[in-house]
Amino acid sequence: MPKTLFDKIWDAHVVKEIAGGRQVIYIDNHFIHEVTSPQAFDGLRTRGIDVFRTNKTIATADHNVPTQNQHLPIQDPLSKKQVDTLISNCEEFQVDLYGLGHKKQGIVHVIGPELGITRPGTTIVCGDSHTSTHGAFGNIAFGIGTSQVEQVLSTQCLILDKPKKMRITVEGQLEAGVSAKDLILYIISKLTVGGCTGYFVEYAGSAIRGLSMEGRMTVCNMSIEMGARGGMIAPDEKTFEYMKGREHLPSGAAYEALKAQWRLLKTDAGATFDKEVSFGAADITPMVTYGTNPGMGIRITDKIPQLDSVSFNKSLEYMDYQQGESMENKTVQHVFIGSCTNSRIEDLRLVADFVKGKQKHAAIKAMIVPGSKQVELQAKQEGLDVIFEQAGFELRQPGCSACLGMNEDKVGAGEYCISTSNRNFEGRQGPGARTILASPLMAAAAAIEGKIVDVRKYLS
Amino acid sequence: MKKLELVTSTAVPLPIEDIDTDQIIPARFLKGISKLGFGENLFRDWRYDKADQEIPDFVLNNKIYTGEILLAGKNFGCGSSREHAAWALVDYGFRIVVSSFFADIFKGNALNNGILPIQVTETELDHLFRLVEHDSRATFTVDLPQQLMHDANGFSIQFDIDVYKKECLLNGYDDIDYLLSIKDEIVAFEKMNSSPVA
Ligand code: SF4
Repeated sequence: MPKTLFDKIWDAHVVKEIAGGRQVIYIDNHFIHEVTSPQAFDGLRTRGIDVFRTNKTIATADHNVPTQNQHLPIQDPLSKKQVDTLISNCEEFQVDLYGLGHKKQGIVHVIGPELGITRPGTTIVCGDSHTSTHGAFGNIAFGIGTSQVEQVLSTQCLILDKPKKMRITVEGQLEAGVSAKDLILYIISKLTVGGCTGYFVEYAGSAIRGLSMEGRMTVCNMSIEMGARGGMIAPDEKTFEYMKGREHLPSGAAYEALKAQWRLLKTDAGATFDKEVSFGAADITPMVTYGTNPGMGIRITDKIPQLDSVSFNKSLEYMDYQQGESMENKTVQHVFIGSCTNSRIEDLRLVADFVKGKQKHAAIKAMIVPGSKQVELQAKQEGLDVIFEQAGFELRQPGCSACLGMNEDKVGAGEYCISTSNRNFEGRQGPGARTILASPLMAAAAAIEGKIVDVRKYLS
Repeated sequence: MKKLELVTSTAVPLPIEDIDTDQIIPARFLKGISKLGFGENLFRDWRYDKADQEIPDFVLNNKIYTGEILLAGKNFGCGSSREHAAWALVDYGFRIVVSSFFADIFKGNALNNGILPIQVTETELDHLFRLVEHDSRATFTVDLPQQLMHDANGFSIQFDIDVYKKECLLNGYDDIDYLLSIKDEIVAFEKMNSSPVA
């Protein structure tokens, strides 16, 4: 019987079925970080057990680290305690740590693929909802809570309900100036923030295949913003090319043998999904959000919708926007280019290419936070740091930073930030902060003009 | 995990849709390394203003509403996977959350921490909001063995819960207890599938 890619991988990881149809699923790779792991390690200590498979567990410090002067001790005592706790837990339980100061440290969803730990056909979890990012390599990757972190640490398994399957097909070619970020913001705006709850999504179609691996990661990353359990894209030659030579992968004949297996990882013709939707790439333009959830996005050429609901009005009030307004020419004070959605080398190159020879608007504070030490290093090797500096952008050190505002990188109350991150929730970037989600190019253009513009005007 | 069997309580209404975990517990309060103390900051930015003064309009600051049941608008718990959201709700004193729709990860986190998420229809939820708005002392009984939520005036709804999760809640067991008990089977699986699929 024809099978979906999701079913092929899932079924191969079922250890056993239990009462009520739940299944015990084996997890191949587990990433942990400082914020959602301490209570899980405490749980192990209380039960008097060890980490079951230390070689399948990788730790990094990213959520709660400063993005300046990372060589100095962390100033905030609570953050320091959390990062120190990760270090001592990793020592005690013998888990590999790419900690602060390590040359391969970075945002967990950036370093996984970068190090070649993220592979097709596997199951990957992390106590962070954007674990869906890894699905760009054709695997089942999803975010879990801390109790589940403890389950995986102690048994390398999770007890799960098999999600339903959904395929989102996007055909056609994206216009210049329209990126993977716009594509996914467009899909979320159509399907809404709860639209994929209970489903695991496979993205397909020529527009998806046309994306770079970085672009595919951006798309899978935001699957969770529609409520999906995760998102995946079948691996292809582009995937294998991207992975080749990465640290945790074999080379030569051994890699060729892996590729031969990975080529089988696709949805068979005739396999059925519980739900299918499709979109046309030609309908997508640069996107921006105007509200306080990622589903509240519009094409830059559209107007804020006119709706009458308490939640909708509350959201517009928070943003201080009106129904029926255009988002073009709205001023912003901050530009944040970073987060696991858009902080890879390709994103930084795009931005550098755009801002080269231009100057940021005087009223704008523009921050670029690379996704990892390796991205930072590569940016410097390519001279992007000089371009950023000349254009008035500040290049920081890697971490989650203003994506969630746990460290000091915050947006002030009432201020607007155009951000390449994935969430525009109330207060996400700091109490009272107003976030507009957009692509790196749209963010860069806003930095130059001090207001939101359609970046395509620079391209024609 | 605390057992849950019968809860009889008044309810706190929060008729807002898409309440995300950043609202339930903002990221800046995630720096703790234990599971305790998060209740203080539950719905922090809706509860307190910038000067840390209570915002009187917010329902948790309105003393007429109390109880172990939270009634919330559609798509409760979307956003981040932070289990701190569930810990904050438990720590504050909620054992039951009723909504017409729950985000997946939140639902799992709630169940793993002894919170029962009860999914009802939109109409039932509206009805519950009205009952509570009409009388803030309206009292409901949640009967997990029977999977019923009812009041003394004839209101009653049946809710679904996975049989395995129901067992866990009734007994205060969690998934780890179960997984540890099948460790031999996990090891056998590893031996058979040194590299599942690829
Ligand atoms: S960058 Fe933001 S979304 Fe990504 S892992 Fe960090 S906090 Fe989560």
